[in-house]
Amino acid sequence: MSRDLRRRLISAVLIPVISVAFGFVVAGIAVVATGSDPFAAFVALFEGAFTNPRAFPETLVATVPYIFLGLAVALGFRAGLFNIGAEGQFYLGAIFGVLAGNSLPGVPGIIHIPLAMAFGMLGGFIWGAVPGFLKARFGAHEVITTIMLNYVAFQLTDFLINKGPMSDPHSTAPRTPFIDPLAQLPLIWPGTRLHLGLILALIAVPLVWFLIERTTIGFRIRTVGFSQGAARAAGMSVAGTLVLTMGISGALAGLAGADEILGVSHYMPASFSVGYGFDSIAVALLARSNPWAILPSAFLFGAMRNGAAFMQLETQVSSDLISIVQAIVIMFVAAPVMVRWIFRLREVPAGGLQITQRDTTGVSSET
Amino acid sequence: MDLTVEWGQVHALLGENGAGKSTLMNVVYGLSRPDSGEIVFDGNPVSIGSPQDAIKLGIGMVHQHFMLIPPLSVAENVILGNEIATGPGIVDIRSAEAKVAELSKKYGLEVDPAARVEDLSVGLQQRVEILKALYRGARLLILDEPTAVLTPQEARGLFDIVRTLVKDGAAVIFITHKLGEVMDVADQITVMRRGKVEATTSPKESNPADLARLMVGRSVLLRVDKSEAKPGAVLLEVKGLTVYDDRHQVAVNDMSLEVRAGEILGIAGVEGNGQNELVEAIVGLRTPRSGSIILGGRDITQASTHSTLEAGLGFIPADRQRMGIVLELPIADNLVLSRFDRKPFASWIVRSFSAVREYALKLIKTFDIRAESPDQPSGSLSGGNQQKLVVAREIGTQPKVLLASQPTRGVDVGSIEFIHRRLVEERDNGMGVLLVSSELDEVLSLADRLAVVYRGRVVAMLDQKEADRDRVGLLMAGAA
Repeated sequence: MSRDLRRRLISAVLIPVISVAFGFVVAGIAVVATGSDPFAAFVALFEGAFTNPRAFPETLVATVPYIFLGLAVALGFRAGLFNIGAEGQFYLGAIFGVLAGNSLPGVPGIIHIPLAMAFGMLGGFIWGAVPGFLKARFGAHEVITTIMLNYVAFQLTDFLINKGPMSDPHSTAPRTPFIDPLAQLPLIWPGTRLHLGLILALIAVPLVWFLIERTTIGFRIRTVGFSQGAARAAGMSVAGTLVLTMGISGALAGLAGADEILGVSHYMPASFSVGYGFDSIAVALLARSNPWAILPSAFLFGAMRNGAAFMQLETQVSSDLISIVQAIVIMFVAAPVMVRWIFRLREVPAGGLQITQRDTTGVSSET
Repeated sequence: MDLTVEWGQVHALLGENGAGKSTLMNVVYGLSRPDSGEIVFDGNPVSIGSPQDAIKLGIGMVHQHFMLIPPLSVAENVILGNEIATGPGIVDIRSAEAKVAELSKKYGLEVDPAARVEDLSVGLQQRVEILKALYRGARLLILDEPTAVLTPQEARGLFDIVRTLVKDGAAVIFITHKLGEVMDVADQITVMRRGKVEATTSPKESNPADLARLMVGRSVLLRVDKSEAKPGAVLLEVKGLTVYDDRHQVAVNDMSLEVRAGEILGIAGVEGNGQNELVEAIVGLRTPRSGSIILGGRDITQASTHSTLEAGLGFIPADRQRMGIVLELPIADNLVLSRFDRKPFASWIVRSFSAVREYALKLIKTFDIRAESPDQPSGSLSGGNQQKLVVAREIGTQPKVLLASQPTRGVDVGSIEFIHRRLVEERDNGMGVLLVSSELDEVLSLADRLAVVYRGRVVAMLDQKEADRDRVGLLMAGAA
């Protein structure tokens, strides 16, 4: 038992940690190759993420959407679904959030905020459930349909806010008006931008864990993720489960979008997200689709994103450097065999934590 | 343990699942390393560190699960890794096909070298695997449970091939747990149990009952003991059922059946004569074109799987690993797979793990599932215990009718005996059992009545008393 536990721990903790460390080593080599000092770059990255004035709360601000979005992608993985559409669902959540945020002026926050959040979830739910339905009904692969719906979401946003029905007539920039002040999320760290969303994200983690591990819905999701044949023979509705999973996944991503609007920007600009939804695929992979592990994983990505700008300013090393770290991390986490081979780790027995490709449904994983 | 295999002989390695047969052969084929001991090949001690070493020595292995690339042709699969090239990077597929054709002719392994592997039946795919080994110069061929996926006809074809090979001076190691096969094909028999050699014998010096005893470690009932059936009311009625297969061809053709309480109705037939489609139609996994299915007075013709199970059907699927259980989930979860969302296993949407566990412990005990804990993944169980898990789950719900499709496929003798006894017990308690099996002996010994199917039709309905092996065999083949 204890040996088994140790092995599981190795797989759950050691491999992601090694992957991240290795990512920084490779990124460091890239810095050397471009003629800069890697140590100075990483020191600046650290300062930008943690020790500069207001750096730490800003890191937490960036962590919040990663938590919601990481949970969204992870939930899909558990049903064997590869939701690449988190970015688009994030946008839809923001659009719906803005809509609710400035169409009910004067309604008190205690009603207005939950309503706007729920609206954001609805937007994301629709944007997730549609590819789920297309897969269940017509066998259209969710990777293709979610990617395509991302572009629909981007263009829809552009149409709505660039002199469109949702644009601010008093602004020259393409953006929506500010939302009602009463719909704004309260700050939890005065003098910073850190808002109530962090608390909500911290509550979402155990809730999603509970959903996956302790409810009948989660059991259905996992069973479908492991074996559609067995699920069908046991009388489960595979089609229904696929639609529901994609819907919930989308709703979590939509919640992230609404939260960004209500908590941070208070309006929707043209370039609303800079790849949060795409990064969150890496967040979920690094966490091996375990809801608890999403927390450190999201924090890491939040810190890197926040520190990168300062690093670029300070050392002229491009902030794209963190993309290298990210790429190496994904490569290692998606190919655990390689990590084991490089570091001569023992293999984890069946039922372990690796991400596996199964029949035609894409990627799934199990903790 | 010691094992000696001679040239020109078929050596059967007999043992239950988990007896160590496959482990031993993986060592010989270089997939695992021995902790101690040595391998002597053709008089020389050898060290086999990888399958490449084994192939170089002339050892070939056909695994239970084929290692073929479905979209490639037969010839392409055979030469894979040893391509004949006409120029850099250009494969000479013509001469490859010719070579493959020559090999298949020599050993009676008829298969079209240009056919795509995905279009071939399982039996033919196995031939491709054997060809692959022979093409690489194998003189010692290891066949791991080769008949597990074959119809009786295909199995007989395989035995002929094996005989041709050994006549040519090769040696074949035949891993199996089926006693009949051993008697048919082997020259030498080594019986293994718990990693040790129990006996080395030959078909002439032995008989199936002795072998079974050696294998299981106690005497085994090969015939099923049961009393006369006392059939009651009709529980399942199939009327004029027509079902299409995936290619939109008629698979079940105007079929009618009745299963009564307290009887076992067996469906005998060569695989692929509509049995799968019939089963899927009853369970609600496939929509019938016409006809009706009535379970306990309720029309379930168009019902979903969920409502069919709800109406009182127990279902043991033929493909255990793909449909019977979820290998990654714990035993306990698998035991409630069709009832996880019901009281007492869940209240509203929250699962009650203590109730699931308690129920699982009860079933594990009653059905003699050899497991350390209900929390262990089902995939870690042996095949026989996995199947007992499925049987436990389906009988545990006390359905009106139990639909058992290939209930003992790929299962060891001890588990077969146990499962057969349980089916008869449930029959005696008034359950209706519909048994679908391509193992003729299983149907003959278990079923009170037999429906012989051929090309989607019931060609004969026989009482157990009037069903003798030859007659049913002929009917299955479409004669008479």
